[in-house]
Amino acid sequence: MKLKALIPLIVFVALAILLGWSLRHDPRLIPSPLINKPAPEFALPVLHQPDTQMTLADMRGKVWLLNVWASWCVSCRDEHPVLLEFSKRQLIPIIGLDYKDKRDDALAWLNQFGDPYTNSIMDTAGRVGIDFGVYGVPETFLIDKQGRIRYKFTGPLNADSLEHVLLPHIKELQGA
Amino acid sequence: MPRFLIALLLAWSCLAQGAEVSESSLDARVSHITEQLRCLVCQNESIAESQADLAKDLRRQVREMLTAGKSEKEVRDYMVERYGDFVLYDPPLQTSTLLLWLSPAVLAILALGVFARTLVRRRKAPAATPDAAALAKARALLADPKDEK
Repeated sequence: MKLKALIPLIVFVALAILLGWSLRHDPRLIPSPLINKPAPEFALPVLHQPDTQMTLADMRGKVWLLNVWASWCVSCRDEHPVLLEFSKRQLIPIIGLDYKDKRDDALAWLNQFGDPYTNSIMDTAGRVGIDFGVYGVPETFLIDKQGRIRYKFTGPLNADSLEHVLLPHIKELQGA
Repeated sequence: MPRFLIALLLAWSCLAQGAEVSESSLDARVSHITEQLRCLVCQNESIAESQADLAKDLRRQVREMLTAGKSEKEVRDYMVERYGDFVLYDPPLQTSTLLLWLSPAVLAILALGVFARTLVRRRKAPAATPDAAALAKARALLADPKDEK
């Protein structure tokens, strides 16, 4: 009888925990199945020299970041100064993947806001984006020396998440 | 000569129709697959319905893969490889989805159990018999006033 009286309380607590967890859990964040898998191969024109191509193999032996951005992407503007500041520390090469963008717009954007990228490549049709499972620009992939994707950050990086989420992963890979 | 012309025209019209049919059956296959895939940008829409840029690109991708002779399973696997099980409206049964798949059955069994227990209890409970005083009171209330006169 005493136990029975507790049932509503138990149900309430269980519901509260479930709903509380759902509040903190962002349903827009989808775990990438590509983590710890080889990064998709690509061969894309370089933004500043569209006659030359860059491939995944060019980055072999380096720990590097692939930052997916676009001039039409609003939250990329929030992320941009953070990346720019980070690039000055020269901790890691950052390759910009200009996703589904016009070359002139992208160049103008980099001229206006500054260029944090070691190199920029163009994915005009968005096919490489599909291969990387990109669904919300900006996205940042951390790729290791063997060309495997080791970490993915979806959405704009801010100073805090860069320092406390991304950087520890970078340090760990560079130490290895 | 006219006969030959007519035959030629007929043959041509058949060919044209054939092309149209295969085009529309490709459409049907594309929508059949994309209806089962969840759009990652607007998560409550399928890739078939969504007007998001990514959904358009993925529809194009599905169409190209089917045209290249890939099977529906290959297309689905291609999407899962890139976006995870999240893209499937019909997720596979595995440890991470066990709760999702089993909870309806568990809830149904629980509900049936409670229902059965209630039924058994009702049957066991003695039929209600009012005491003599209450019975007399009820009779008095129900009695026709004309009879009393």
